[in-house]
Amino acid sequence: MKLLEENKKAILLGNEAIARGALEAGVDFATTYPGTPASEISDSLSMVARYMNKIGIDVPFYFEYSTNEKVALEMAASAAISGLRAITSMKHVGMNVASDAFMTYAYVGCKGGHVIVTGDDPSCHSSQNEQDNRQYARFANLPMLEPSNPEEAKEMTIEAFKISEELEIPVLLRTTTRVAHMRGVVELKKLNMEKKKGKFVKGDYVTVPEIARKLHPVLIKKMEKAKEMAEKNKFNYIEDFGGNYGIITSGAAYNYVKEAIDDLDIKTKLFKIGFSHPLPEKKIADFLRNVEKVIIVEELEPIMENEIKIIARNNNIDIKIYGKGFGKFGRIYEYNPDIVYSTLSDFFGIEYGVKEIKINAAPRPPILCPGCPHRATYYAVKKVAPPDTIYPTDIGCYTLGVLPPYKTADFLLCMGSSAGSAGGFSKATGKKVIAFIGDSTFFHAGLPALINAIHHNHNFTLAILDNSTTAMTGHQPHPGNSIDGMGNEAVAINIASIVKGIGVKHVEVVNPYNLKATQDAFKRALEYDGLSVVIAKAPCILLDLKRRRKKITFEIDQDKCTKCNVCINDFACPAFYRDGDKIKINESLCTGCGFCVQVCPEKAIRRKK
Amino acid sequence: MKKSILLAGVGGQGVITAANIIANAALIEGHKVITSELHGMAQRGGDVKCAVRIGNVYSPIIPPQTADAIISLEPMEALRNLNVVSKKGVVITDINPIYPPLTSIGIGEYPSLNDIFEKIEKHCRLVKINADEVAKKAGSILTKNIVMIGSFYALDIFPLERKSIIQSISQNIKKEYVDMNIKAFEIGEKEIK
Repeated sequence: MKLLEENKKAILLGNEAIARGALEAGVDFATTYPGTPASEISDSLSMVARYMNKIGIDVPFYFEYSTNEKVALEMAASAAISGLRAITSMKHVGMNVASDAFMTYAYVGCKGGHVIVTGDDPSCHSSQNEQDNRQYARFANLPMLEPSNPEEAKEMTIEAFKISEELEIPVLLRTTTRVAHMRGVVELKKLNMEKKKGKFVKGDYVTVPEIARKLHPVLIKKMEKAKEMAEKNKFNYIEDFGGNYGIITSGAAYNYVKEAIDDLDIKTKLFKIGFSHPLPEKKIADFLRNVEKVIIVEELEPIMENEIKIIARNNNIDIKIYGKGFGKFGRIYEYNPDIVYSTLSDFFGIEYGVKEIKINAAPRPPILCPGCPHRATYYAVKKVAPPDTIYPTDIGCYTLGVLPPYKTADFLLCMGSSAGSAGGFSKATGKKVIAFIGDSTFFHAGLPALINAIHHNHNFTLAILDNSTTAMTGHQPHPGNSIDGMGNEAVAINIASIVKGIGVKHVEVVNPYNLKATQDAFKRALEYDGLSVVIAKAPCILLDLKRRRKKITFEIDQDKCTKCNVCINDFACPAFYRDGDKIKINESLCTGCGFCVQVCPEKAIRRKK
Repeated sequence: MKKSILLAGVGGQGVITAANIIANAALIEGHKVITSELHGMAQRGGDVKCAVRIGNVYSPIIPPQTADAIISLEPMEALRNLNVVSKKGVVITDINPIYPPLTSIGIGEYPSLNDIFEKIEKHCRLVKINADEVAKKAGSILTKNIVMIGSFYALDIFPLERKSIIQSISQNIKKEYVDMNIKAFEIGEKEIK
């Protein structure tokens, strides 16, 4: 296994490199809730744990896919306060969930190093917003490191553990999609696989007001020391390419700047910031004194720009500082070589221009897979729900129900917001409301909302789409599964029992591949006056395909097909396509779920022999 | 030295595997290599692209119109990414369209193959491969990504040794399918020679 080899070079994904860094640093405790673009950090650690378990080696660290990010952070915080090294990884919006614990954890601090990884997603490649989590370092007042490539991601993870131990506070490691999902050559050094036991020494850790007031100034002091550390840290360094102008940059943007300097032959001084909070004030002031003007290249918010302007002011340095609003630099979306090349060419007065070719290619958005059980559920719901039904939805593959022809997604904020908002829509409008939520999301944040709904007698239907996995982020296990992230036996929580246990009177479990049964179940749920729950239970088709030995496919009997187009226009399984005036099934796409047999009004679809 | 290629296709075609094979071959030869990929959201059906860059490179995104080649497993995906390839570069693409399901309900229109090829040829060199057919000859349509690597290798525009690519295939493909994929590579090569 690649992640367990030593003394060689390997190509690692940025996220794999973070996991590797944790292993080289002797991580004892790793927790997460999966989310793109951070999932592979914990998936790698899970893979290592399962592999060692399988071949009978005692796994030197504890790993878990926690129910949500807040629980993940709390689990790891208690390990770190007991002197163990811990890593907790999550996507940027996961930090919002963890933030209640996070903000006070900064006061309490830790003994063993604790690295909290936030995977930010400028341009919302797979997220509901593009919030800039560098703000969290400022908000909680904690140190932050930002790698630009996999090699740095590994080294900074190791460094973050050390900084955390020296200061006795958790350290944030921030990636963005382009760093997390970049592969590069990484040197695999010595692993540290010693198993350690934590020791909890009781102290001032109960944040009642009196103690919290005592702890806050302690944090401020620690961060003053952090500032001194940032001045000397090897990840804050200056490269001199000549000239009298300066560039200050960090993270993914550094990569574009570095190539622009090479490709456009730019003469500049370049300050690369890796230890990005707190900023090294003296080093930056010295840099500013040595240039005529400077441009800050950072994605999203003008965080460094504003802080550097303050540094310039406090040090009486009167030079122009450029950043957001100059050239193509803005506060939205990720940067790319085009944006950076053209803006830097403006700044340095260099000729640059690429004539863009106009292209009209049809969009190819991600869609529900052929054979996906969610499509079957949506098909049944659309058959029975009134046209003005409101559909709050949630975070998962099923969010793709927003696309035509289904349009079974009307409102989405965050994990669990389907169940939370459904009662509001029902009270506010009096319309029928069907909310969709996945199994993993239900455990994550749906449960408190459902308890609220049953307690207040809300009137809506919650459809729990239970495909037995956290599908969208790569099939991680969740509390409904009987095997955990280390490959150990786990207690599988039964969703129907929970729902009944909190007092929901109308609960049905259906197999979504049975169209008639699913339609009837939703009809009854809609007629029920009060809160109803329908659990559509069938495994993710991709998992099911892995288990299945023989591939089954279906075909259309062209003699019976009347070209009514129901299969294409209403059902919209991607395996169906038009070939001239015929409708056919693409054999390599068909997963053999057979649901379309129930959809075809002419009974023209049959199993291929 | 800087060399960049972009691999493109549709989710499920093995674009990322193909990129990893080429990147790993570059590592075998001691090059600095980086690749980029995007994943998340649904696993299949969306457009996929993956850059492989070697030499003095930092950016995982290829600067506009600087790539030496696009290797596309689907013709419209070659067109979609045309802005990445240099005028002196080459587009090598499979010729079998995969129509986005949304086009059948009137959202977006798949351009005609002629238009696609004309547009590409106006910008740079175009090499067309019926990779579906070749892959079937090798034993499975699933070897299509390796067929394309074979044809690309035969064009001799990327500084990699044949034996490194073969070695990389055996390291990146499940044992039982290695022979079939090496065969796919070889037949792919012959399509060009």
